[in-house]
Amino acid sequence: MSKGILIWAEATRDGYLHPVTFELANKANELSKKMDNSPVMAFVMLEESKVLNYREAFELNGFDEVFYISDCDVNFYKSDLCSMLAQHMVKEINPEIVLIGATENGRDLAPRISTYMHTGLTADCTELDVTEDGKLAATRPTFGGQLMATILSKKYPQMATVRPKVFTPMVSSVRKNTKFTSISCVLNDFEQTIEILDFVKTQCSDINSLDSAEIIVAGGKGMQTKEGFALLKTLADKLGGVVGASRVAVEMGLASPECQIGQTGKTVSPKLYIACGISGALQHTIGMDKSSKIIAINTDKDAPIFKIADYGYVGDAFEIIPQLIDKL
Amino acid sequence: MNIIVCIKQVPDTSDIKWTENNTIQREGLESVMNPYDAYALDAALLIKKNLSNVTVTAISMGPKQAEKVLKRALALGADKAVLLSDKKFSGADTYATAKTISAAIKTMNEPYDLILCGQFAVDGDTAQTGPSIASFLDMPQVTFAKEIIDFKKDYLTVKRVTSEGCETVKVKLPAAVCMIKGENDPSRATINGVIKANKATILMKGLDDITLSADDVGLKGSPTYVSKAFRAKTRVVDCDFVDNAETLAEIIWTCGGNDE
Repeated sequence: MSKGILIWAEATRDGYLHPVTFELANKANELSKKMDNSPVMAFVMLEESKVLNYREAFELNGFDEVFYISDCDVNFYKSDLCSMLAQHMVKEINPEIVLIGATENGRDLAPRISTYMHTGLTADCTELDVTEDGKLAATRPTFGGQLMATILSKKYPQMATVRPKVFTPMVSSVRKNTKFTSISCVLNDFEQTIEILDFVKTQCSDINSLDSAEIIVAGGKGMQTKEGFALLKTLADKLGGVVGASRVAVEMGLASPECQIGQTGKTVSPKLYIACGISGALQHTIGMDKSSKIIAINTDKDAPIFKIADYGYVGDAFEIIPQLIDKL
Repeated sequence: MNIIVCIKQVPDTSDIKWTENNTIQREGLESVMNPYDAYALDAALLIKKNLSNVTVTAISMGPKQAEKVLKRALALGADKAVLLSDKKFSGADTYATAKTISAAIKTMNEPYDLILCGQFAVDGDTAQTGPSIASFLDMPQVTFAKEIIDFKKDYLTVKRVTSEGCETVKVKLPAAVCMIKGENDPSRATINGVIKANKATILMKGLDDITLSADDVGLKGSPTYVSKAFRAKTRVVDCDFVDNAETLAEIIWTCGGNDE
């Protein structure tokens, strides 16, 4: 009989656990209460000594049990090896629910596990709940964010991915007596097919900082050129913020894909979001409408962005932004 | 080298109309080639340009109208096109879709070396079908691929972007690669391409051609189901309009300041 909610704890190259692990743990503890206090578990593809470095984080974030690999070590995510290990671990643990953070690596890994287990997987959920008969109800946006769908699975484990920043980690909690359990994994028939030749870390660019930024200055089609985005960068620098972009701006080549905010990009919730030349398609707003305050600058007074903005300026971003840079 | 490019016909999501019951009005919805699949097709055509004996086959699953996106793939330079179309395929989730497409790939006459997919489809945006196809075909995958920088007969070198940085990955073929937008704009169809595409025939395949049963495909073969669908809630606020930079600057200080 399968039991428990299992979360993938993603160890990053810098040697910390991705924060989405703890955001999922908080949600899992909430779901667990509706599932007869079903255990909240994590699996991590690291050896014992490394897992124990994170003992306190697991204990403080409500994990009942953490599974690690006894006879193999993974220094960083590699699709071929990690999917094989994860498939093995999930099968051994046999949980009711598997939750995975929708990071690039999480989105690489999750479908490998679900296909192997012949079960369903719901991508990029914005809400998770348990139905009256104890099933996972995973709600996600679809059709460019215009339609929300609640999805159930007929098979087990029931699987879902959730983006970073959709849920919040526990504020404070009782320290749990987390149990650490090893799983053995024999690699005899594993054939390496992927080799990582090189890795270039993103240097303090907007990419890493979008997640934690308190101020985001985002541009859309209305910013027209790379010079337009350079203007946003100047404003962002002045405010200690970072630059984000809409999908259209990325497709136009004005900003790099890593800056993209919205359904096919990142979900952000800064203190202040300044949307410049962004019309406000749901595809975009779904990724930023949890911002505390939103300021919109757009030439079209009927642009949908003004419907969700706290403050609006109807006019040309190319005129107002240099004035703002002067005043700030 | 045989390259298969998976292509999805997607509704133009900028033009969605609602029915009275808050469901999406699908009739009359304009369909286009999923933009990420265009990046995948481009990557395939680049390899074809640089290596000899490369065949590019575009494959899609969908209704008869999906022929339109396959014609477009042919016009852009694909050599062949296959449409998996059967009433029994409808209602498939990503698992059943990947199972159907991978079964069709397995039943093709030629061995395959490379499966290229778009990382996302702009309608469902699950990013799951590509890796799931790779799983069914028991091959490695490289996702979030920005560029294929080197291609040999038995391996590829790919630039892959993650939230931490950029990896250069060498992958043994056969493999699947899921593409995101790269530096270059996707190529455009030529007049000759369009003429060739109009003359070409699209190979149609149904359930009987792919060695699966009716229980494996479509709604029946899908482990997930939609229990309800509803319109997205949006933030409701009253927008205060301002008309000068001075006031706007003050608001920025108030909202974004750290001195609380």
